[in-house]
Amino acid sequence: MSRYIIRRLLWGVVLLIIVLALLFVMFRVLPTADPAKLRAGRLQSPKIIAEIRHNLGLDKSLLAQFWVYVKNLFLHFDLGYSYYSNAPVKELIFNRLPATLSLVLGGAIVWVVTGVGVGIVSARRAGSRLDRASMGTALVLVSAPEYWLGLIALYVFASDIGQVRIFPGAGSYIGLASDPVKWFESLILPWLVVASGTAAIYARLIRGSLIETMGEDYIRTARAKGLSERRVVLRHGLRSAINPIVTVLGLDIGVLLGSSVLVETVFNIPGIGRLNYVAITHADFPIVQGTVLVAALFIIVANIIVDIAYAFRDPRVRYS
Amino acid sequence: MSALVEVRDLVKHFPITRGIVFQRKVGAVQAVDGVSFDVERGETLGIVGETGCGKSTTARLIMRLLKATSGEVRFEGQDITHLKGPALKAVRREMQMIFQDPYSSLNPRKTIGTIIAEPFVIHGLLEGKGERRSSVQSLMETVGLNPEHYNRYPHEFSGGQRQRIGVARALALKPKLLIADEPVSALDVSIQAQVINLLIDLQRKHDFSYLFIAHDLAVVAHISHRVAVMYLGRIVETADKSELFANPRHPYTQALLASVPVADPTKKSLKTLVDGDVPSPINPPSGCAFHTRCRYVMERCKTETPKLAEIGSQHQVACFLNEGTGRGA
Amino acid sequence: MSAQEPLLRVEDLRVEFSTEDGIVHAVDGISYEVQRGRTLGIVGESGSGKTVASLTTLGLTRTQGARVSGQILFEGRDLVALSDAELRAIRGNDIAMVFQDPLSSLHPFFKVGVQLIEAVRAHQDVSKQLARARAIELLGLVGIPDPSRRVDDYPHEFSGGMRQRAMIAMALANEPKLLIADEPTTALDVTVQAQILELMEQLQRELGMAIVIITHDLGVVAGLADDIAVMYAGRIVETTSAELLFSKPQHPYTWGLLKSIPRLEGSRDEALVPISGAPPSLINPPSGCHFHPRCPYAQPDHARIDPRLEPVPDEPDHHVACLLEADVRRRIWGELRAGRTPEEAMAVVGLPEARP
Repeated sequence: MSRYIIRRLLWGVVLLIIVLALLFVMFRVLPTADPAKLRAGRLQSPKIIAEIRHNLGLDKSLLAQFWVYVKNLFLHFDLGYSYYSNAPVKELIFNRLPATLSLVLGGAIVWVVTGVGVGIVSARRAGSRLDRASMGTALVLVSAPEYWLGLIALYVFASDIGQVRIFPGAGSYIGLASDPVKWFESLILPWLVVASGTAAIYARLIRGSLIETMGEDYIRTARAKGLSERRVVLRHGLRSAINPIVTVLGLDIGVLLGSSVLVETVFNIPGIGRLNYVAITHADFPIVQGTVLVAALFIIVANIIVDIAYAFRDPRVRYS
Repeated sequence: MSALVEVRDLVKHFPITRGIVFQRKVGAVQAVDGVSFDVERGETLGIVGETGCGKSTTARLIMRLLKATSGEVRFEGQDITHLKGPALKAVRREMQMIFQDPYSSLNPRKTIGTIIAEPFVIHGLLEGKGERRSSVQSLMETVGLNPEHYNRYPHEFSGGQRQRIGVARALALKPKLLIADEPVSALDVSIQAQVINLLIDLQRKHDFSYLFIAHDLAVVAHISHRVAVMYLGRIVETADKSELFANPRHPYTQALLASVPVADPTKKSLKTLVDGDVPSPINPPSGCAFHTRCRYVMERCKTETPKLAEIGSQHQVACFLNEGTGRGA
Repeated sequence: MSAQEPLLRVEDLRVEFSTEDGIVHAVDGISYEVQRGRTLGIVGESGSGKTVASLTTLGLTRTQGARVSGQILFEGRDLVALSDAELRAIRGNDIAMVFQDPLSSLHPFFKVGVQLIEAVRAHQDVSKQLARARAIELLGLVGIPDPSRRVDDYPHEFSGGMRQRAMIAMALANEPKLLIADEPTTALDVTVQAQILELMEQLQRELGMAIVIITHDLGVVAGLADDIAVMYAGRIVETTSAELLFSKPQHPYTWGLLKSIPRLEGSRDEALVPISGAPPSLINPPSGCHFHPRCPYAQPDHARIDPRLEPVPDEPDHHVACLLEADVRRRIWGELRAGRTPEEAMAVVGLPEARP
């Protein structure tokens, strides 16, 4: 088992380095604005631009730049400095991280609970009107774009501009440490929006998986033992049926942590997504590199956790 | 004249790998562990054994569906163990296989006419469509299928009929050797008899050899001329069918025969002469593979491996109890 | 059979399923009895309805939308009429079941001990420790070596035979009065099969429970069963003691089975006599006697009349559902037994051959 974990971790590190290298190449190769010119602003003269370039280390060779970056990263956890604002990237990212984490993790809890709950009910009453209604709603939610849903939600429910004013509107995000109640309130709408599409997918996944699992022989054995139907479904059935969700959950969270920009923009939440977006428009490579690196890290870690969790759940997998 | 098939010291190990970065071999599944036998022309050799004995792997090694780890397979005197390309293809015309599961061994998207004609297509025979069709239809008749069902799909047939389709396909090229790997195990009892009779009948008419693999002793007993008993990758006893069932010499053969339930309530012979389950082929016992379950086990059996030795005409046993012709349990 | 009230009595049981292709008449009016402490073997091939009948006993076909009519009387109570809650009190308690494939019938994610403890605590109000002790005791009872260690293993860590023993242990958790075993040895090697059958016999002697064993293997029932019921296409065609079934069978299907199974002592030249054709569809079973399309002795009106299970003259515990006369049947079997083919037997007995 530990061999399995060590192997996954090693691969994780290798992957991270590959991602970094790809990033580096991409940003140098793709046509973008010249950050030195952007930095120079109004003082555009070749000499100043060249000086800025040198300061930013952009005149060194690609490989040298990469080497410097990697060295700083692994030895000092230094992600570089923003071209635009000269603030350390690490600081900028970590300031914004709590907001994104609040959004995504909270959303995840909502979508897992809702998705699994609806999925179980649908599976148990497969073919009924309730089942068809919930699967239909799921389809609608999956198809709706997040930002559209966000805007609609604000339009209907926001306390400043909404029709039914029950939730705080955009821009009302407050850190957890400062005011827990307001923090919670301000995130309700964003959570619902973030969760909607994924909850729908999970509901369909669980529904299919549970229907299939309930046809297995060991379910028949559980019933033959005289167990209550509830125990049969929740303990014997769900335990196996939840597998597809376990696999996908880690990925969903990992991916979302890196790409929550749409919801953050609509609700004006100061998270990493927005940071990344602004940095791109300024061709601010270090921030972009930093955020993509963080996102890649989250995804890789999420993947590893999922794999290990899978091994723990299914005792047959452990001995490989 | 050499036998049709000669197998000598055939070995097949499937490696098990472990490792963090680089996979290294830490062990092997010793599926077939030194097997030797002959199949004569026109005879049926039955190979019988339980899970993990290696009988199916042996069949696939002879058909060259697997590559042997070591040892030799000779067909009509020619060494085919390492053949490749067109030479192998030519030999494959003479050997065909009938599989166990009639539901998965036929491509569900092809008509049975296409399925039966496939061997012709693969070997580039009978170019004309009309010629092929009439050959296929006569094959269908031979196995007891209605030739007009040429254009139907496998799912339209019952299990027994599908097995007949498999037999027809195997007969297409008039092979010299037919390997049947558990051909009736997946069929209902009342259908098994039909297919068994068909196989016996076909052999009488066309004189090919069968290598008949099964775990059901009674079926093997009925159809074979000679029988070989396998245990954990080795042959433990070989004899003429009637000799084997009348006079089994290996303790495993004796236990096997005693375990078969007899359809006669006056003979309640469900005696278990052996305990426990078959050991795993990954970690077979040392010495004689059967020693862990043998009621006559001696010290010697734990360290030395007995070899197949002749104890009577055509009767060979691999057991230290039988050293010296005539002695034994 | 004894005069005392049977432990289980099935009366005219019918089970139907609605499917896309039509209504499947899985069980088409069967009646049988199981006495306390005795073993009934139900023999049949695929599509005979034997498995559906036994699953219905425990109400395990209810979730598949089965329509059940008739009665299943267990100690006088009709199981068909019981609610789910009442039935659950009986499952795993008074009546327990063992299934064919122990690898797929045990939950792969839970330790064997956990599953055994669950079986105990479903019906007994005991602490976890006590239940665990009972689980270890049960594993020992079924012959699993080193039970206190193996109780914490997962199903896939057991070998095939050990797994089936564990399943049997689980079924015995609450000392059932009736054990239903559906093809318990079909998935096992023959040497292991013999061990499991011997175990079941031994347990019956020690615990005094009745057993219903369902199988397609006549050899298995010959060794284990006291009484045998033969099923074909949803109906029971013959039922009697094991001795009588093998010595004086009365139904053409039974004859066909007995003549078509290969024997160890047989020679190649003694051809098997197969039953022609294939088992019928249960959506559109043949009219009249379900066996008539495959029966060499069928007469024209057998396609119209439904045979009923009737006692054989001079053999009160022997019932058969066949439209031929008892005397004719006895003579045909005599001929078949002497080695003649069905055609020859018919000629000797003087039956008109209805087929072209």
